[in-house]
Amino acid sequence: MIQAQKKGVPQPPSKIKGYLTAILVLLLLWGSSVNTESSLSEFIIGFPNMLDLLTQMIPPNWSYFDKITGAMLETIRMAVIGTTFGAIISIPVALFSASNIVQNSWIFYPARFILNLIRTVPDLLLASIFVAIFGLGALPGILALTVFSIGLIAKLTYESIESIDPGPLEAMISVGANKIQLIVFGIIPQIQAHFISYVLYTFEINVRAAAVLGLVGAGGIGLFYNKTLGFLEYDKASSIIVYTLVVVLIIDYISTKLREKLL
Amino acid sequence: MNTATRKIPRRKKNRIGLWSVYLVLALIYIWAFAGMGVPEIKPTAGQISKAIFNGLFHPDWSFVSEPGGEDLLHGLLDTLAIAVLGTFISALLCIPFSFWAARNMSKGHTLSGTGKFSLSFIRTFPELVMAIMFIKAVGPGSFAGVLALGLHSIGMLGKLFSEEIENMDLGPAEALLATGANRFQILWFAVLPQVIPGFLSYTLYRFEINVRSATILGVIGAGGIGTPLIFALTSRNWNRVGIILLGIIVMVTLIDLISGYLRKKII
Repeated sequence: MIQAQKKGVPQPPSKIKGYLTAILVLLLLWGSSVNTESSLSEFIIGFPNMLDLLTQMIPPNWSYFDKITGAMLETIRMAVIGTTFGAIISIPVALFSASNIVQNSWIFYPARFILNLIRTVPDLLLASIFVAIFGLGALPGILALTVFSIGLIAKLTYESIESIDPGPLEAMISVGANKIQLIVFGIIPQIQAHFISYVLYTFEINVRAAAVLGLVGAGGIGLFYNKTLGFLEYDKASSIIVYTLVVVLIIDYISTKLREKLL
Repeated sequence: MNTATRKIPRRKKNRIGLWSVYLVLALIYIWAFAGMGVPEIKPTAGQISKAIFNGLFHPDWSFVSEPGGEDLLHGLLDTLAIAVLGTFISALLCIPFSFWAARNMSKGHTLSGTGKFSLSFIRTFPELVMAIMFIKAVGPGSFAGVLALGLHSIGMLGKLFSEEIENMDLGPAEALLATGANRFQILWFAVLPQVIPGFLSYTLYRFEINVRSATILGVIGAGGIGTPLIFALTSRNWNRVGIILLGIIVMVTLIDLISGYLRKKII
């Protein structure tokens, strides 16, 4: 009787795998903390320094807002232009990466590989390389944002191209449409709302990115972080932070509302 | 065949609305481009980009592993360690935030609203600026980078976690409540088993992002591979820039592959 009951209860799965994973994760964490010389005591010792910094940051220097408005507008301009160029270039790139448009795997795999490659390089690194080439200013920032936007928009777009309804395309092929007609009348109407939504999303990200690109000399409001923090003017630095936060939140709000309307 | 049947019904379009959108867009672009002015391109630009390409294709292999310890592998390892620890800290810290911001866990709409707002506040605070502040607290080095990533990632992870909690099935929780379980038991046996796979998957996803972020933290002195990269860029040592870029690309790709595989297994 008891044995029969025992048979009915399945054995719980072995827990060795879970334990091994836990040990592995703990080892990873331990190794990392040794490698980065992180210690809680150091943080606690340094904490008063940070509180001191925070008290120096509050209240922000409100009169500084006039001075940085120009740089803030430049930041938004950089994001607008970078996103636009990125969006324009990513249209052909996305078309070449979509396997249901270009059936030749010798074309769409390399295109996707290049996209993956672009996305592995962070935008700030791109910016510092472009600064080395073109010198200080907004141009390297715009170029960095453009390249970054291509990686993001083209990837999202080619994925949504691949998931479109093939019905209209088949109907058009059967009446003899060529590739251009296929794209203009079959694919664009199906993905344009998604595409615009991705562009807006990338714009949101680019505004945030553009705000720090100045740290490596690529224009925008980030230049002022270097200036104010270098001279230990923390009240001015905090006014930059507050300004950036307000602008980013407003742009995010508008962009999210627009995207909700689109889809 | 009268004329009525031949008439194709026209789609009604909101012409005025569409044109006003175009107008606004045009104004934005006029404003953006007019403010930029004509970019000045330095005459040396072509030369330098050639040198960079040359460096990319002839990387400085000797930098991969040097006896001094200031080499590529150490830099990459340091970067990874920053990302691992930063992600771990934020994954722990964001759990209370996510319960605070989840609509079905917090009492009342305003409470979860404040949670959501504080999360988006953390998200908009640039991690590099956070790193600068932590450098003031704990001194330059990897630890400042860890703290900056750990604090900044709370914003995104907390949002994703709270959405995961909002999307869960309330049935098991109700069933436990009916049998007289207390709040802690409900949390432990009904809520956590449902949300943990999602939490792990998002944590891995954030880890991928943090690896990328950790590579740039060194630009401002918060450890990782960014520091040697900036040195190489300012000293115009393009071969070294090339090998560092290659190292970053290989590391990020590998991490993405591993993390993607693990995420597929978890869900």
